[in-house]
Amino acid sequence: MRSYLWYFLRRLGQFVLVVFVGINIVFFVTHATPIDPVEQAISSATQFGQSDPRAVEIMRKALRELYGLDGTLWQQYLTFWKRLATGDFGPSISAFPTPVSTMIGRALPWTVGLLSTSTLIAWCVGNFMGGLAGYYRKSRLLKAAGIVATGLQPIPSYIMSLVVLILFGYLWPILPISGGFEMNVQPGFTFAFVSSIVTHSLLPVLSLALITIGGWFVGMRSLVSNIVSEDYVVYAELAGVDRHRILTSYVMRNALAPQLTGLALSLGGIFNGAIITEVVFGYPGLGTLLVRGVNSGDYSLVLGIASISIIAVAAAVFAIDLLYPLLDPRVKVR
Amino acid sequence: MDAALSVKNLRAYYVTDYYGVRREVRAVDDITLSVEKNEIYGIAGESSCGKSTFIKTVGAAIRPPLRVLGGSIKYSFLERDLYDLDERTLADIRWKQLSFIPQGSMNVLNPVRRIRESFQDFAFPHMRLSRSEFFDVVKQRLERLHLSPSILTAFPHELSGGMRQRVAIALATVCRPEFIIADEPTTALDVVVQKDVLALTLETQREMGSSMIFVTHDLTVHANISNRLGIMYAGRLIEEGPTGDVLRDPMHPYTQHLVASLPQIGDLTPKTALNGAPPNLAQPPSGCRFHPRCPLATDICRQTNPELITVVPGRRVACYAVSPRLKLGPLQMTG
Amino acid sequence: MLKVLRDLFRHNREFAVGSILVLIVLGIVAASFFSPYPPLDSYVVPPDIPPSWDHLLGTNSRGQDVFWQVAVAMRNSLLFGISVALISRVISLVVGLVSGYVGGMVDRILMSINDTFVVIPLFPILTLFYFMMHDHMSWAVLALAMASLGWPYDARLIRSVALSLRNREFTTQSIFSGMSTRQILLEEHLPYVLPIVFSTTLNNINWSIGLEVTLSVIGLTNIETPTIGTMIYWANQHTAMVAGIWWWVLAPVAIVIMTFIGLFLLSVSMNEFIDPRTRLARMGV
Repeated sequence: MRSYLWYFLRRLGQFVLVVFVGINIVFFVTHATPIDPVEQAISSATQFGQSDPRAVEIMRKALRELYGLDGTLWQQYLTFWKRLATGDFGPSISAFPTPVSTMIGRALPWTVGLLSTSTLIAWCVGNFMGGLAGYYRKSRLLKAAGIVATGLQPIPSYIMSLVVLILFGYLWPILPISGGFEMNVQPGFTFAFVSSIVTHSLLPVLSLALITIGGWFVGMRSLVSNIVSEDYVVYAELAGVDRHRILTSYVMRNALAPQLTGLALSLGGIFNGAIITEVVFGYPGLGTLLVRGVNSGDYSLVLGIASISIIAVAAAVFAIDLLYPLLDPRVKVR
Repeated sequence: MDAALSVKNLRAYYVTDYYGVRREVRAVDDITLSVEKNEIYGIAGESSCGKSTFIKTVGAAIRPPLRVLGGSIKYSFLERDLYDLDERTLADIRWKQLSFIPQGSMNVLNPVRRIRESFQDFAFPHMRLSRSEFFDVVKQRLERLHLSPSILTAFPHELSGGMRQRVAIALATVCRPEFIIADEPTTALDVVVQKDVLALTLETQREMGSSMIFVTHDLTVHANISNRLGIMYAGRLIEEGPTGDVLRDPMHPYTQHLVASLPQIGDLTPKTALNGAPPNLAQPPSGCRFHPRCPLATDICRQTNPELITVVPGRRVACYAVSPRLKLGPLQMTG
Repeated sequence: MLKVLRDLFRHNREFAVGSILVLIVLGIVAASFFSPYPPLDSYVVPPDIPPSWDHLLGTNSRGQDVFWQVAVAMRNSLLFGISVALISRVISLVVGLVSGYVGGMVDRILMSINDTFVVIPLFPILTLFYFMMHDHMSWAVLALAMASLGWPYDARLIRSVALSLRNREFTTQSIFSGMSTRQILLEEHLPYVLPIVFSTTLNNINWSIGLEVTLSVIGLTNIETPTIGTMIYWANQHTAMVAGIWWWVLAPVAIVIMTFIGLFLLSVSMNEFIDPRTRLARMGV
């Protein structure tokens, strides 16, 4: 048990490091560029006609404070971290005076839901089929599946979502292609509401799952075909151990551990894919919110989303890391 | 049939066809031998002489690109040739009547399963016992191999190399099979552990009365454990006989050289190496495969392969220099 | 070398398909230099004409010939992708080789940083970056930004190759013969590492073009430059799908999918060929 504690602490350290480096990058990006968001906001506010210079000065001061951009660089840095710790990103400019944290809070569950559902489906189905394909190499069906997976794998998120949108939105419009739920249904635990959530999520989940499933399939298939020649598998087959048992406990179990690591490593990319998919389908998650923020020049919103994204992904990776010893008992010893 | 295992004219090659190039590696080329009941038959030879391939073939462990091209393999507990059996019968006799003690015990146990689960996977289905009875038998076996029953809950990486090898032996013998194939089980161990494992193997075999094929390149191990010894070279069996006789009185030039290279306490003569290198089994030399390195090679050796014939009851040699002229005793090696 | 390529083409289906796809794309890109219409101009031909003999892929709502437009767009996207891949190659090579070869504390620190970068989601950060840069954002700046974020995955691959090389005999021999670390890295290890680098470059090109498309489609890049992403952006702006001008969207999507699959198949088949284990696996099974 004690070795697990060490492992937990090491992973926690990595989590903290990721958040620290990530947020620093965000800070760097916002402060190292020639654009001053305050000036930008002011210029867009004052472009239509004359403004009293004193009013502009008051606006400037207010904005500076709002954006945490007053004081020296070091003071700004501290303010930044303080606000992050309290979850205070200030009010959104585009949806004044709604706090950014509220907006993010509303959008985050949609993104998390989309991400977890499709990742779970893609990872499980992809690994399962890939494992079968690696073990039963002669099966024509699995070989065909492999070709499909190889074709799907390199396609980036946007193109995939666009293709799904075209297929199901224009060519074969059986599923809703935008929004999180029907506009005219009352939110609540009614069947109508829940079912509309489900139908609206089908296309985004399908799209996001398709993006990653190819990769899992191909990866698992190659892992399994290597494991199949490992000593312990050959020995078990030699000993006449039940084939089904070999496939599950000897082959797949050993292949899943690296795949779990792979999942942790690609979570950043999957998150990217998720928010892009949301934009294509108008799904009310962080993606659509982000684009809205950019288009309306809403500095606090974009900053908030960037920060929360980093923390969310790091947390998810941390959680996956904690699961890893369950699959691979050797990790405790290291 | 008296013999526990009878192999006749076995040929097994690795056949590959890759990027337009076809290759045949003649790893096992016409081998005939038999193993008696309750005997340990040792197979010796240098690396890449084909001994591992031979036991894979005899143990029904072949996979493409390895293919059996001819010959027969008959076990005493089977009515038909090994390769005439269907999958089900084959699966049935595995482990229960024919088991393996593998090389490289480091990796033969599934790293994500505990030892007791490995026992369950391998042996439990073959023994008609209840779970608790089964584990009683397992614990007994472990104790005979000087292993504490507590290792059952451990993972393989938590045990030392010697312990894992002993677990492998326990695993292979718990069903009391009639025939055991041991593939270099002591090669990866240090000498102290080696001695221990060998003694245990011998004890186990004596206790169960099983027959065994024991493969190792180490002649000193054979001296300790094998009843009869067969020497393989380049995919062929070139000498065979009771271990003591072969080691004291080797007939084939290759065997003579092997035996002469064993260090003896008090012997100060310098050892010479055989010139040349082991042959390429994809394009083996014509005739006798040893002729490029043999100081006694003559024309006939280069043309035709010598047959393995009984020169003295119980001893077979494949060499023109030794047979058929029985009057000629073992020849002295020059230099 | 040529013989190897020829053998690969003949016997390895992925390589064959991949090379054909890539050659088609390169052909179209080469053709773009002979475009009869200046690519940045609009309304040079009648708009919204479906594919016909005069205009192979039709024309779009901005009055441009879709075929020639897509050729130039592919060229620009490809150039962008290659630049990002090349720049990030340098970083991943340096990090991977140093980390794998020097090992120890340096390795641990570099890999921790590496893993950190792998986890961080790029899209929000790039968006933020665009937000801060606004009109100052040029393709060069974007390329630099992406290159500085896209190296970690490949650095890890290169590191594992370097690790295995470090322990091989010829390395010890070089050390004993007095070669400096820099010399060893450049002269001894690089030839082993280059094939892996080559295949990761192909993957990286895919990745950067994919990211470029995504950013452009949302309008976060210079939309006046014709690239695959900006083409789709304009198509969306003119609601091409709804208006039924499907060829405007299909052309860039089709050609970019060809590129992705082609490059991917090439990288996979080269990787498989280089790694002796997989090469052997193809032999008997």
